[in-house]
Amino acid sequence: MELKTFGVTVYVIWLREIKKYFRERTRLLAMVGQPLLYLVIMGHGLREMFQLNIEGFDYLSFMYPGIVAMTILFTSMFASVSIIWDREFGFLKEVLVAPVPRSAIAVGKALGGSTTALLQGAILLALAPLAGLALSPSAIIQILLLLFLLAFAITSFGTVVAANTESMEGFHMIMNFIIVPLFLLSGAFFPIGVAPEWMQAVMKLNPVAYGVDALRNIMFTGSPAKDFVVYYPLYHNVLVLAGFSVLMAALSMRAFNRVE
Amino acid sequence: MIEVQKLTKKFKEFTAVDEVSFTVGKGGFFGFLGPNGAGKTTTIKVLATLLRPSGGTARVNGFDVVREPAAVRRSIGMVFQDPSLDDRLTARENLQLHAMLYGVARRETGPRILELLELVGLADRWNDLVKKFSGGMKRRLEIARGLLHRPGVLFLDEPTVGLDPQTRRHIWEYIGEIRRTEGATVFLTTHYIEEAEACDRVGIIDHGRIVALDSPAALKATLEADLITVETRNPEDALRIIREELGLDAVLQGDRVIQVPAVNVADGELLPRLAAAVPGLSALEISKPTLEDVFLSLTGRAIREEAADSLEKMRQSRRARARKGR
Repeated sequence: MELKTFGVTVYVIWLREIKKYFRERTRLLAMVGQPLLYLVIMGHGLREMFQLNIEGFDYLSFMYPGIVAMTILFTSMFASVSIIWDREFGFLKEVLVAPVPRSAIAVGKALGGSTTALLQGAILLALAPLAGLALSPSAIIQILLLLFLLAFAITSFGTVVAANTESMEGFHMIMNFIIVPLFLLSGAFFPIGVAPEWMQAVMKLNPVAYGVDALRNIMFTGSPAKDFVVYYPLYHNVLVLAGFSVLMAALSMRAFNRVE
Repeated sequence: MIEVQKLTKKFKEFTAVDEVSFTVGKGGFFGFLGPNGAGKTTTIKVLATLLRPSGGTARVNGFDVVREPAAVRRSIGMVFQDPSLDDRLTARENLQLHAMLYGVARRETGPRILELLELVGLADRWNDLVKKFSGGMKRRLEIARGLLHRPGVLFLDEPTVGLDPQTRRHIWEYIGEIRRTEGATVFLTTHYIEEAEACDRVGIIDHGRIVALDSPAALKATLEADLITVETRNPEDALRIIREELGLDAVLQGDRVIQVPAVNVADGELLPRLAAAVPGLSALEISKPTLEDVFLSLTGRAIREEAADSLEKMRQSRRARARKGR
């Protein structure tokens, strides 16, 4: 009985996220438009500077997995940060007073955020040929699974942060001090291997970096440049992301059980 | 339906609710009257299991709010002071999600939603996004949602705050209608006197304490005295004469108005004597006491809006944003 209530609550929260996602076409466009700008402007601009003498290396296709991960990062963080609004002014109060386990809110939110982030990522995947990447159907399936895992990890992390943030001022702090560093230190623009020691150490703590690395693992399969662009083996990335997800999901569930 | 014994809620050093006790019977209509910050919302939150009491006990529908929170939550419908609808969903979607959360049988959900939208006069708007609704319509939808799972107790926390007088009257009619058709026990907080007057029983709360608890008529009867208001061009002399020659309590209110509390004015000779004695008399008025007077006599202060706290400011900025079509 308890388990059924838990499941229904997760579904309600998830359903709400999905319904709202499809209703907000402008947000959808903005979320796709932004990575596109990065890809076109930065990708093409920097491409000319980074003419490395490495066979199979092209800066645009190097940066592309980073941009996909960035979309997941931003969409996931925004999805979870909406909890702050919801809690003070909106629908969350309605759920908190309902006879349902609160920890289910965290799970529903994480799954909803991951689903919408995955949809955004999938749209971007259609642009892979523009970045000079040809993806096989099996690569696409692997990538989608990976994107879901990455999105779930970040949304759960965002939910932990949001549950401990009181106000919208706090939200801006999150934007500046969490999302941007996570993005810049993800290896989206430069390989982890070329960064200075201290920066590499920080990047090893960044879950997004493992997502980017995993994407390159899949996207550069069979490319002679793979050893240069990839830092970890794929299973290593997946294990780190999965472990991080489990930890964050547990923390976010606990955070919601505590919410007064 | 609600039994509260010495309920206390402290936030660090601050005592928001201080040993409050009251009971509300089945089908009752109980009102909490008091200024902002008196502890009304805190009490409701404790009864709704959203806050844990620091002391005392509270039972709702026979269930203890600390030990059986799930059973309490199933028993109550809640309308919060701040909007808690999802305004990017339609009216029906909001109600559907609620039905799922409360485990209302799928078969029953559709007809029940229809019935309630009918009851609050929103039947023709079921498929509209809530963000297109006016403040009053949102409130009505929230009331409908609170009743969807047939709760034993409906909590309404300041249900008409921020609405214009006409809309307030409108909401009020719906609440009356709901009490007739649904038979729910209603627990309401308000700082509007006229709303409290409509309740069966009223608890007057100030600084976290219940200072009086009874039916509105009985509360007003405790004042005994009616209030005579004398307006005169010569207030100093008038005040002296009323006090010394007639031996009555009198207070100066503003420049020219003197207030005189008096018992059974209507069947005495007081009015003619007063009229004859007061120099420069320009107006004389008798008024029956209101709950406002009861509050005033118990606390020495009027119920009025206190300075907007930070949450209120956040709310206002949110409303302003919503108007800009965020």
